[in-house]
Amino acid sequence: MAHPNTIEVEGLVRQFKKGPRAVDGINLRVEPGEIYGFLGPNGAGKSTTVLMLVTLLPPTAGTARVAGYDVVKEGPAVRATIGAALQEAALDPLLTGREHLRLQSALQALPREDRRTRSDELLERVGLTEAADRKVRGYSGGMKRRLDLALALVHRPRVLFLDEPTTGLDPQSRSALWQEVARLARDDGVTVFLTTQYLEEADVLADRVGIIDHGHIVAEGTPAALKAEVGRPTLEAIPADPGDLERLRAILARFGEPSPSSKGGAVRLASADGDLAAVVRALDAEHVRIEQLQVHQPSLDDVFLAKTGRSLEGAADDDDGMTMGSAQT
Amino acid sequence: MSTTLDQVVLLARRSVVRTVRQPANILGPLIFPMMLLAVNSGGLKAETHLPGFPTHSFVAFALAVPFIQGALFATMNSGTDLARDIQTGFLNRLSLTPMRGAALLAGQLGGAITLGVVQACFYLAVGLAVGVRPASGVGGVFVLLLFSALIALAFGAAGSFAALKTGSGEAVQSLFPIFFVFLFISSMNIPRNLIGVTWFRDAATINPVSYLIECVRSLIITGWNGEALALGFGIAGLVAVAALTLAGRALPQRLAR
Repeated sequence: MAHPNTIEVEGLVRQFKKGPRAVDGINLRVEPGEIYGFLGPNGAGKSTTVLMLVTLLPPTAGTARVAGYDVVKEGPAVRATIGAALQEAALDPLLTGREHLRLQSALQALPREDRRTRSDELLERVGLTEAADRKVRGYSGGMKRRLDLALALVHRPRVLFLDEPTTGLDPQSRSALWQEVARLARDDGVTVFLTTQYLEEADVLADRVGIIDHGHIVAEGTPAALKAEVGRPTLEAIPADPGDLERLRAILARFGEPSPSSKGGAVRLASADGDLAAVVRALDAEHVRIEQLQVHQPSLDDVFLAKTGRSLEGAADDDDGMTMGSAQT
Repeated sequence: MSTTLDQVVLLARRSVVRTVRQPANILGPLIFPMMLLAVNSGGLKAETHLPGFPTHSFVAFALAVPFIQGALFATMNSGTDLARDIQTGFLNRLSLTPMRGAALLAGQLGGAITLGVVQACFYLAVGLAVGVRPASGVGGVFVLLLFSALIALAFGAAGSFAALKTGSGEAVQSLFPIFFVFLFISSMNIPRNLIGVTWFRDAATINPVSYLIECVRSLIITGWNGEALALGFGIAGLVAVAALTLAGRALPQRLAR
């Protein structure tokens, strides 16, 4: 009986020579068919974790099982189960997209008669059919990433590791890649472990998010739960008539704690659901006309800020300086 | 065809395709040895008047050198290609497949051997075009191509070992001048017994490259010479075994899986 497509990590550590602990005792579990977003700034330990999980880097301590197989003791079984697109799209600039897929199909020991069909199918799926016979050195960044993804899927893996798959991509390419990853998890039941430094990517794509900083997981949960943990949404309203401002603020005060707002009134809602409709009804009942109404949800950056005292947007720059000279993390 | 053999063939084809798609890697090994042959044949042909010089044609005498130079180029190509695969992460991609490490080396070297033999055919064709007729006949030509394949394997494996050990294309390329020093202090331009300077004669005598050149030269200008063939094949075989052993040991560390 096949093992379920889980990823189980316990006390995983990677210490580089003369360097810091890039990964410092992390624990996590990814369920079958789940998209797990591993979010953190540069140098946090995301890629080191992926390299250990795909068997390319031995852990210093701890255990990790992918699809039920131990990454240290059962490397070949792990590799047969997984697909991986690592941080740099590792492609040969002198080969064409189709040649890459043919080579990968052969190395993955696909039967000869299936190789052409599988290559064509994947080229079509990632939108590279027209560019299939062009050398990869002429591909854009987005095309390389899509080919990289196709190569990772050649042998129909049950667990997929994507290390910063959309870094450097334009919004259109990023969106196309998100759709394909979501489809893989939804339709094919592939478990996806995705590292990213983009808040939006983790928020939109991941079923659950683990936030890593300096080799430690500082928060884990669904994006909604993580955001709910650090704060309730804030509702901000601007009256159509500035003369209604005081009445507006008084009405809003019934629904939570007042919050600062430069042009109107704002309130930190007591709960995430139900209050918005009640606020609108109350304003309507008292004939206060509204020019603008906005609900500000807490972001994953707020979560990162709450857990580490730093903003994720700026953390990468700080960490670059700290990890300079150590091995890849 | 077994899966492993299939993988070896595909990796060898990739190695050849990569080289063919980089014209400098094709033209360099073909043109530079021929230019050196032309220059030396023009400048040193008076050597043929020396008593005891083994042939009246300096081109025939010097034609052996391009075969060794070609093998050196094979070293560079094979090594730098592998180093580039390491640097770009392509080797990591290969590591994540069920491919056997031996298939990677065999594929890489299969490509180097193919190109080595193609180069040897070109040098032979040029030699035939300028009037050189191998003294060992058609059989000798086959032995010559076999020897070209062996030295391409030996030097290619050395280049692969350097790439696997250092992971740097620059480090592999830095071997090139070292090999060239060995070439220049060999019997490439004059038979060892006619070298007048003692230290140079001694250096050429202990230099294994001299015996590789003399193996090729014997087939071209003297016919079947068992001693020269045994020394040439023996030394090339030893280098091949040593380099393959070292590369085979370095590969698992580089694959890191």
